Amino acid sequence: MGLFRKSAEAEAPSGADFLESIPRRVVTLWIPLILFLFVLLFPFYWMGITAFKSNEELYNYTDFSPFWVVHPTLDNIHRLLFRTSYPQWLLNTMLVSVVSTFLSLFCAVCAAYAIERLRFKGARYVGLAIFLAYLVPPSILFIPLASMVFAYGLFDTKWALILTYPTFLIPFCTWLLMGYFRSIPYELEECALIDGASRLQILVKILLPLAVPGLISAGIFAFTLSWNEFIYALTFIQSSEQKTVPVGVVTELVEGDVYHWGSLMAGALFGSLPVAILYSFFVEHYVASMTGAVKE
Amino acid sequence: MFVDTKSQRRASARAAPARRFRLGESRGAMGLLFMLPAAAVLLLFLAYPLGLGVWLGMTDTRVGRAGQYIGFENYEMLWTDSVFWTSVFNTLLYTVAASIAKFALGLWLALLLNRHLPFKAFLRAIVLLPWIVPTALSAIAFWWIYDSQFSIISWSLTRLGLIEHNINFLGDPTWARASVIIANVWRGIPFVAITLLAGLQTIPPSLYEAATIDGATPWQRFRYVTFPMLTPIIAVVMTFSVLFTFTDFQLIYVLTRGGPLNATHLMATLSFQRAIPGGNLGEGAAIAVTMIPFLLSAILFSYFGLQRRRWQHGGND
Repeated sequence: MGLFRKSAEAEAPSGADFLESIPRRVVTLWIPLILFLFVLLFPFYWMGITAFKSNEELYNYTDFSPFWVVHPTLDNIHRLLFRTSYPQWLLNTMLVSVVSTFLSLFCAVCAAYAIERLRFKGARYVGLAIFLAYLVPPSILFIPLASMVFAYGLFDTKWALILTYPTFLIPFCTWLLMGYFRSIPYELEECALIDGASRLQILVKILLPLAVPGLISAGIFAFTLSWNEFIYALTFIQSSEQKTVPVGVVTELVEGDVYHWGSLMAGALFGSLPVAILYSFFVEHYVASMTGAVKE
Repeated sequence: MFVDTKSQRRASARAAPARRFRLGESRGAMGLLFMLPAAAVLLLFLAYPLGLGVWLGMTDTRVGRAGQYIGFENYEMLWTDSVFWTSVFNTLLYTVAASIAKFALGLWLALLLNRHLPFKAFLRAIVLLPWIVPTALSAIAFWWIYDSQFSIISWSLTRLGLIEHNINFLGDPTWARASVIIANVWRGIPFVAITLLAGLQTIPPSLYEAATIDGATPWQRFRYVTFPMLTPIIAVVMTFSVLFTFTDFQLIYVLTRGGPLNATHLMATLSFQRAIPGGNLGEGAAIAVTMIPFLLSAILFSYFGLQRRRWQHGGND
């Protein structure tokens, strides 16, 4: 499937592009594309530039052009790092995301293998149920989950997040890995079976090494999803030291009516950077699996 | 001789795993074992809460106090609650307007990215950025962009001489609705665009060549080649887009918290507000439950979209 996509991409996507005149190409392609890029990227530019502005520059549009920083300052970032719990939030988010990602990957690998390769009785329906589970949105689950979290004494602990994030990570990863396992030739497993390997050996020694790209993209997806999660973290966590970055920035950086826009933007920027960097390393995997998963 | 031993060896090797297969590796038992971790988590933290939510909706549970069964009283109360109906209206408006805009703009962007471009991979990567970063954090950037005094949009429009006074983006009900929809569209475009782009790349170029030779105009090529080939993916993408827009929470919570005058309250934010800060878990759960019929209809729509896909595959292959 991947091969097919590559070759289709290499050829001209729409038959007669070369017949187009240059002015026409500018109007139909470049102008709209640049507008799109401008609109899609401007908020990030704005975020970045505000993070380095001093307060007098920030609120003075007559003497300073708002689109540029004349005297860049690190005050906002200093305030963020040393006068708020931001480093702690970063650490919390990292911990929660990594643990719930690995937990979900483990569950998802087992489940996807069972559904796709063991093909036990009813595997098809279980696969369908997993797909439906992915469609259950957190916004209708957070209230009952909150009452469960209270009841089990998990309120305001990281465990509340680590245990609830897999509810949306497992269905997604399983679904993605099922598609990936399907693309690995079954003959390889048959050979191993004939050679006397057990099912577990096949999974660990044959299937998983071949599925590494799939595992990476499922892992990145899961990590990003849990990094970005908001509503559970907002509901289940109360104390500042336990908060995650998105929730901490939204709820803690605003003191009464005073908005420290510079620090807010710096917080948003640094909170976005880890996922942006992680994703830029694996962007090809990401795009391929996202589109592959949808195509399936 | 040589062949003989080889086939013997093969036969004995085959016999051993077959026996083991019968003993310990019956598919049902193995399947159950492998499904166990995922099933445990999903049943405990997804299926059970789903049922618990329906039950909570029929009780008067408050934070820190177990509730009693009160039948459909919560729903009766919601029926006469004008704020609830406003939120239903807002949710539908938000979903319909944002989904249509996301679809149109996303498709357009996908068509642009599908053409011959330098730095294709790079462009595709940066286009995805709004989709990657945490919504709550990009919403903060929008909060600042929509500031009533220091909005960069107001400033630019004033400098261009288009407006006299700053626009009160998040303070005026109509502007607030438009603003949150725009922010949601901004975040949703990349997903729609990149997914549709993948769909576009599976369309064989020969179809376009044939259409071009037959004298089809660009619009005809789009209408009679691209669009029909793309409908299955459009069905899937739009179902997801509608589901996620309908249940959106973060963007509204960060930008307006449902204000001004409840003009931007969605069902999800209203249910949060009643349940967590308001402490009325039962009522919040009831609001969340009223979202389920809408979601189910979206899923059914997608199911029938996929049905049509199979038929199309038969026709296309």
